[in-house]
Amino acid sequence: MILFRKIRYLDSAVQALHEGELLVQDGMIADFGPSLGVPDGAEIIEAEGAILCPGLVDMRASLGEPGFEYRETIASAAQAAAAGGITTIAVLPDSAPAIDDPALVRLITARGAESGSVTLLPYGAATRGCQGQELAEYGLLKAAGAIAFTDGSRAIGSSRLMRRALSYASGFNMRIVQHPEDVELAAGGAATEGSRATWMGLPGIPAAAEAICVARDIRLAELTGGAVHFAHVTTAEALALIRHAKERGLSVTCDTAPPYFDLNETAIGDFRTYAKLSPPLRAEADRQAVLEALADGTIDAVASDHQPRDADDKRLPFADASPGGAGLATLLGVTLAQVQSGHLTMPQALALLTAKPAAWLGIETGVLRRGAPADLCLFHPDRSWRVTSGQLPGKSQNTPFDGRALEGLVLGTWKAGKRVFG
Amino acid sequence: MWSKRVLMTSPRHLLGIEGLNPVSVTALLDLAESYVLLNRSGKTQRDLLRGRTLINLFFEDSTRTRTSFELAGKRLGADVINMSVSTSSVTKGETLLDTAATLNAMNCDLLVVRHNRSGAPALLAQKVEASVINAGDGTHEHPTQALLDALTIRRRKGRISGLTVAICGDIAHSRVARSNILLLTMMGNFVRVVGPPTLIPSGIEAAGVTVHHDMAEGLAGADIVMALRLQKERMSGGMIPSSREFFNFYGLDRAKLGFAKPDALVMHPGPMNRGVEIDSDIADDALRSVIKEQVEMGVAVRMAVLDSLARGTNL
Repeated sequence: MILFRKIRYLDSAVQALHEGELLVQDGMIADFGPSLGVPDGAEIIEAEGAILCPGLVDMRASLGEPGFEYRETIASAAQAAAAGGITTIAVLPDSAPAIDDPALVRLITARGAESGSVTLLPYGAATRGCQGQELAEYGLLKAAGAIAFTDGSRAIGSSRLMRRALSYASGFNMRIVQHPEDVELAAGGAATEGSRATWMGLPGIPAAAEAICVARDIRLAELTGGAVHFAHVTTAEALALIRHAKERGLSVTCDTAPPYFDLNETAIGDFRTYAKLSPPLRAEADRQAVLEALADGTIDAVASDHQPRDADDKRLPFADASPGGAGLATLLGVTLAQVQSGHLTMPQALALLTAKPAAWLGIETGVLRRGAPADLCLFHPDRSWRVTSGQLPGKSQNTPFDGRALEGLVLGTWKAGKRVFG
Repeated sequence: MWSKRVLMTSPRHLLGIEGLNPVSVTALLDLAESYVLLNRSGKTQRDLLRGRTLINLFFEDSTRTRTSFELAGKRLGADVINMSVSTSSVTKGETLLDTAATLNAMNCDLLVVRHNRSGAPALLAQKVEASVINAGDGTHEHPTQALLDALTIRRRKGRISGLTVAICGDIAHSRVARSNILLLTMMGNFVRVVGPPTLIPSGIEAAGVTVHHDMAEGLAGADIVMALRLQKERMSGGMIPSSREFFNFYGLDRAKLGFAKPDALVMHPGPMNRGVEIDSDIADDALRSVIKEQVEMGVAVRMAVLDSLARGTNL
């Protein structure tokens, strides 16, 4: 039994912070309110000024396992997640082997349960081996526990295949998650096309590559009646298309990741390969558009987009370096920076990290609700820390935020009432 | 005492024209000028870099740039070693950092690097103790080429400002174009880039150049016309339909040169594709072409760069 006192908690029902207390009993949220009294034998946690919110729900991360254990393992990712206040992770399937078989789906789920600190929700591969050729077994994968289908960091390039994926998945009420990038336009690119890429002598990917894919897939969703989700959306143009599609009532959702509203393409200056991401960091106007879309609800969630890489993947000439950034430990802090800057309210920011992705995933955590599992994150919004590559929790250290001071320090993380961090 | 000023923004390395300023460029050109005279007099200055080791580390084939650096180093008395590393034979990135470790162990003082990837010399510069000189990286920069072009222009025109310079051809894949644009605009010249839209990189206007797709317009009234090498792999179907179509519209021949000023100089970084980006008639015209002089200036400029970096490391 744990009693949190002198805290502010997020009342998900009214999207507001209340001062008060919250009681955890038998791994469940038993009660919350202004004053609960102290039950016998309860551990009391007082944290003045701190905020208690649902454990973060990260709807997009690669964990390195299976196949890339030198980058990250499920155990090390679980450690980083706990330190970042994350208690649920939706895991991308483009591992080696790809998660295109029901047994592999069950394996990922079981490995999460083994960790004891994080629930892993596996995406199923949209195509066998995430190779973009043949459809995977959506029905069997769903029955095994897959939450949606995607080829992870690879775009489903063929219009014909995407049409079939959307169509077939709709029969099982499942979404297709797209890495929105026109494969041919993006081929060989290392940075967003424009004057920066030109002066650095880097092959460019035009921002239009994202919009073209989004426009096509919205049209295919309409054609098939399928549901499409665009991962890590980064450009004003693509967001405008998604906004319009939502207004028309189509089954279109999207997420973004902290680098795309915190950084712009200038972060790759001096050939900093830790800032080489896929999609690439964009122009400042696009970063602003992502912020706007977060505030107006066009973007449904903020995901870590965790892509672990080790030093050898990154210590290469920029064009050869592997794209991707570590994101678990910094997900909360970088998102909260937009509360400090006034672009988002605290409840808005927290909803993008908890209730909204939870609703999208259809899980019962992500909100503070009596009787729900006590997945909790306690953080102090005014205490700061500095992101330092080499000292991050977990194995992967490839953060694009190296050196960044963040406000929003995680004091503790609880999984089903058990303290897993702090 | 000038050497303290030269390259002040990046005192240890010369990674690009970006990072230099008009004062440092002028100082380098002045020093190079003195080496032109020294070289022509047949004297050498073999005590300056005596006991220093210069390594030419070339991950990409090059005869003229490597030879030019080799000559420059030897004329200043350095021990010059050439290392050619085939990018295909070894995994690219590991080679680069393994090589850096090897070079550190050899106590190399000056490291001249050419690599087919943009930013590779910058990556090496973080890991080696030597001064790194970028001898061309991918489609990024080729600073000593821009400096030797500037020296050639200054000697012929008497100034390196207020001139109209037309750079023609494959701008998109040219590190020579980038370094020249940076240097020439920094020094107060009017730079135009001329080529088919597929060979003009996105956002190039941000550097203060004007973009032209017509040679008549782009060369009109130009003081300097630079033709760039068109890589063979770009010639067929990818970026342009054919080399004959390219030559027809963008190849520098006497008719097109007629749009420039009567005393306009013709430059080319070499090696030339005769009949593709430049007509032999023009390339070999001693009155207009300064292509051979560019090669001579190359040695002097590289001596100036080696000299100033070597002195800088003494400080």
